[in-house]
Amino acid sequence: MSKRIEVRDLDVYYGKFKAVEGITLNIEPRSVTAFIGPSGCGKSTFIRTLNRMHEVIPGAWVDGEVLIDGSNLYEAGVDPVLVRRQVGMVFQRPNPFPTMSIRENVLAGVKLNNKRLSKSDADDLVERSLKGANLWNEVKDRLEKPGSGISGGQQQRLCIARAIAVQPDVLLMDEPCSALDPISTLAIEDLIEELKTEYTIVIVTHNMQQASRVSDRTAFFNIAGTGQPGKLIEYDDTSTIFSNPSEQSTEDYVSGKFG
Amino acid sequence: MAASTSAASGTNIYAAGLLGKRTPWFVLAGCLAASFVLFWLLQAGTPGATLNVAGAIIVGAIFYPLAIYTISLLVEGARKAKDRLVTALVYGAFLLALAPLITLLSTVVANGLARFDLEFFTYSMRSIVGAGGGFVHAMVGTLLMTLTATVISVPIGLMTSVYLVEYGRGPLARAITFFVDVMTGIPSIVAGLFAYSIFALLFGPGTKLGIAGAISLTVLMIPVVVRSSEDMLKLVPNELREASYALGVPKWLTILKVVLPTSIAGIMTGVILAIARIIGETAPLLVAAGFTNNLNYDMLNGRMQSLPVAVYYQYVSPGVDVQAYLDRAWAGALTLILIVMLLNIIARLIARYFAPKSGR
Ligand SMILES: Nc1ncnc2c1ncn2[C@@H]1O[C@H](COP(=O)(O)OP(=O)(O)OP(=O)(O)O)[C@@H](O)[C@H]1O
Ligand SMILES: [Mg+2]
Repeated sequence: MSKRIEVRDLDVYYGKFKAVEGITLNIEPRSVTAFIGPSGCGKSTFIRTLNRMHEVIPGAWVDGEVLIDGSNLYEAGVDPVLVRRQVGMVFQRPNPFPTMSIRENVLAGVKLNNKRLSKSDADDLVERSLKGANLWNEVKDRLEKPGSGISGGQQQRLCIARAIAVQPDVLLMDEPCSALDPISTLAIEDLIEELKTEYTIVIVTHNMQQASRVSDRTAFFNIAGTGQPGKLIEYDDTSTIFSNPSEQSTEDYVSGKFG
Repeated sequence: MAASTSAASGTNIYAAGLLGKRTPWFVLAGCLAASFVLFWLLQAGTPGATLNVAGAIIVGAIFYPLAIYTISLLVEGARKAKDRLVTALVYGAFLLALAPLITLLSTVVANGLARFDLEFFTYSMRSIVGAGGGFVHAMVGTLLMTLTATVISVPIGLMTSVYLVEYGRGPLARAITFFVDVMTGIPSIVAGLFAYSIFALLFGPGTKLGIAGAISLTVLMIPVVVRSSEDMLKLVPNELREASYALGVPKWLTILKVVLPTSIAGIMTGVILAIARIIGETAPLLVAAGFTNNLNYDMLNGRMQSLPVAVYYQYVSPGVDVQAYLDRAWAGALTLILIVMLLNIIARLIARYFAPKSGR
């Protein structure tokens, strides 16, 4: 199920403003890749180009290629809806649908697409996805309660359950733990460890420990100054980035000298 | 007395001299009493004069802010005095705004009850001269025309607002927004003339139909629906749309199944308030749907009466027994107010029932 991502010379724009420049990198299947870098260097912008969510913002556009198992996402005639079904996303802030119950939230990807599902299949999918997101035990008795009526950490895991319920090949996570307490964070990190066996995972994080704990490869982004585009500075095995980086700025950043 | 308390609690540096909780009420009572005494003294000389109660209350109400400000300034200091003054002014404004509403309601109820009977709700005005008769023809007309106008306006208005919020970019969207704003401001009689002239062009001059009345109401209702739904759709957080897109849901399904359900309570409230707004329209219906004493269920055939128009006619062309006509007019007005009140209550219930639920 999991797939390989190749990015080739990608520039990302908001209207005339070039936010990210010249990214080239490969992400292997069944691995966790962390994006780190100072605020505003374009991590969120870049990760959103991997499932064509970037263009949802008015005026936003992309130049370059993103290939998933060899197919270019930005070729003419590609349907962004089909891309997003293969490449799931978890956002920085938990965003369960407030009109739906916990159960409906998990089934949202299926139900919103007007697909029919038998009751028993739906029950299976809900249980499997919630167990996959380490949430089943906490909510199994109140599946019919509103999705916004649980704690922030639970909501975030609900969003992860929702994302994996559509069985994507790739899972993108933009700072999934930034609003969470250490225990929920740990639960999500364990979850990422488990999900890795089935999915290709890309995670943006500001937490160096988290990057070093969960990821196999780490990409360091940086920005020369305000108004300049963000760039990929270094991309290597996580252990190398944190112990023996080849760039001075990477070392400064991971050792906490700036940023 | 307040000053002595502050002296006693001299140990607490945050304590300041404060007027007691009931002091403002005593001051108010004092002001009113003083004003009544003043009026009584002024009129004592003129024999047979009655005490001017309204005048005394107004003068007392003017005394009060001055009195409380001065007292508070002396006891509590400048900041608290300003607070008391503004509190008095805000409450005064509130009562001032409430007064006409309450008098209006009580007048309509008092005058309307005389004919608020079974006959009023079961008879039309067909061949009624003098007392008796009822407004059932007007109620049916109002109901049919308002319903038709709603059925036409809501889909158009809602789809326009969906276009403006979800798709509209560039000059077309700006033009629509501009014209919707212009339409909100057109006088209602113009809407009536618009519908009238369309039907005059199509079916010859002098054509007055229920459907023409409904169309003139539509012209008034669409901009209101567009505006209120647009505001409601804009309130739906973008994060929900993005969450849906990220699950591979196409845009139209996202709008249909995420955006609209999230904002449905507000949209329905807006629609009901728009209905409440047009249900009292007189001028356009007078022009487009005409006037009749007969019960008419057919939107496409013959003139159609409505409540506001019926009330208007009772008032402008009373027969010999003037009181009977006036009583019917008041009862009609009362019915209209009750309908609008009911619509507002329904709007509130809908808002509460459909609002996204939180909590466990
Ligand atoms: N919607 C937008 N329109 C225009 N410019 C934007 C928009 N969103 C982000 N930017 C700009 O793009 C650049 C990169 O922003 P981005 O959100 O990708 O940073 P980030 O690395 O995710 O930062 P953080 O760590 O704070 O989340 C910034 O200069 C930002 O101001
Ligand atoms: Mg970000």
